[in-house]
Amino acid sequence: MRNWWKALTIILLLYTLIGGLLIPVPKQVILYESIRNLYFHVPMWFSMIFLFLMSVIYSVKGLSSNDLSFDTKAKELVNTGIIFGVLGTITGSMWAKFTWGAWWVNDVKLNGSAITMLIYLAYIVLRGSLDDEQKKARISGVYNIFAFVLLLVFIGILPRMTDSLHPGNGGNPGFNNYDLDNNMKLVFYPAVIAWILLGWWIASIRIRISNLTQKLEA
Amino acid sequence: MELRQKAVLNGILLYVVSTVFVAYLIFSNLEELSTWVALLWIVVLFASTNASINSFRKEAGREFYYYYSLAKPQAIILSKMLFNAILQFIIAALTLLLFSLLLGNPVENMSLFYLILFLGSLGISTVLSLSSAIASKTNNNATLTAILSFPIMLPTLLTSIKASMLCGLGFSWEDCQVYIVTLGLLNIVIVILSYILFPYLWRS
Repeated sequence: MRNWWKALTIILLLYTLIGGLLIPVPKQVILYESIRNLYFHVPMWFSMIFLFLMSVIYSVKGLSSNDLSFDTKAKELVNTGIIFGVLGTITGSMWAKFTWGAWWVNDVKLNGSAITMLIYLAYIVLRGSLDDEQKKARISGVYNIFAFVLLLVFIGILPRMTDSLHPGNGGNPGFNNYDLDNNMKLVFYPAVIAWILLGWWIASIRIRISNLTQKLEA
Repeated sequence: MELRQKAVLNGILLYVVSTVFVAYLIFSNLEELSTWVALLWIVVLFASTNASINSFRKEAGREFYYYYSLAKPQAIILSKMLFNAILQFIIAALTLLLFSLLLGNPVENMSLFYLILFLGSLGISTVLSLSSAIASKTNNNATLTAILSFPIMLPTLLTSIKASMLCGLGFSWEDCQVYIVTLGLLNIVIVILSYILFPYLWRS
């Protein structure tokens, strides 16, 4: 059973979808049933950060070993991470519309996510403007590491210093305080694992496609 | 080595003067602190971006091999960062001077404001140094420097703006401490990262 984790992904995702929509949730003012978005919105960001983190690890490996295959992995992980970032933004935007009353608000975490997107789109533009493969791997690797560390500062430290509309910031109660009851935890944690595994799965397929196209072109 | 190009330096200084003058003509008298602070940092940011875009252009051609054989990459990035930082201090000081002359100076805690301006410009210039080094390896140098550096510069910039707002309102050292310490740490992180990563760029 080499692919046990793929089966696990499917089972957990099915469980997230069905359980997430059917298992009773605590009734909260304003939130109501939209609290179920927790199973989709939050894991998107976890998956995105996980994919970007893996990408940086491969960039470090690539820089220290000069192996081009690491660069392909870093690139495809970033591409997949961007998909999850876009999904996280869309789900978050819908959630914001129905709870805060606007599609987009000037909130530190929202700005953080927008900047994350900008950084990684810049990464793609940077790759596009380089022709030589070796050079591309090296230079984009350097940018990837540099950007990721500063990004960690941006989304890890700054939000704790300013108020945010998100739960757990600026006097808002965190979800885990009282309203993330045991029923929700039963869905939430498997959902996180499921989405991260799905991200890894998509990325690994993209890496294989990318490798094959490179072989065909060579 | 950059001082040989007098025209570039003068161009940047003139850029600052004309930008501030445009701002002066548009606003004529600026009473609100938040607009003043935002405008100041925007002028500083764009002037410094213009200044740093050329930072590595000279080294792209034949001179690159000369430097390559002459100096260690660590020495080169450190000297570049130092030069950009000094240039940045000149830009920031000039902008502040012109702002005080033309638009007035609403800042209450001036000594603290100098410190924040110093740390903020240090952060901006160091990020720009590495970004322009990266961009110099590509073909569309100018655009790429901006799109690479602006998003990663934002932590520094936002912290600086927040801190300058606070000390503009007259808060003391204790209240701004968090932001200033964060700025200092950010600078250290940026410099260390550039120092480690630059040799990989240089070798290619």
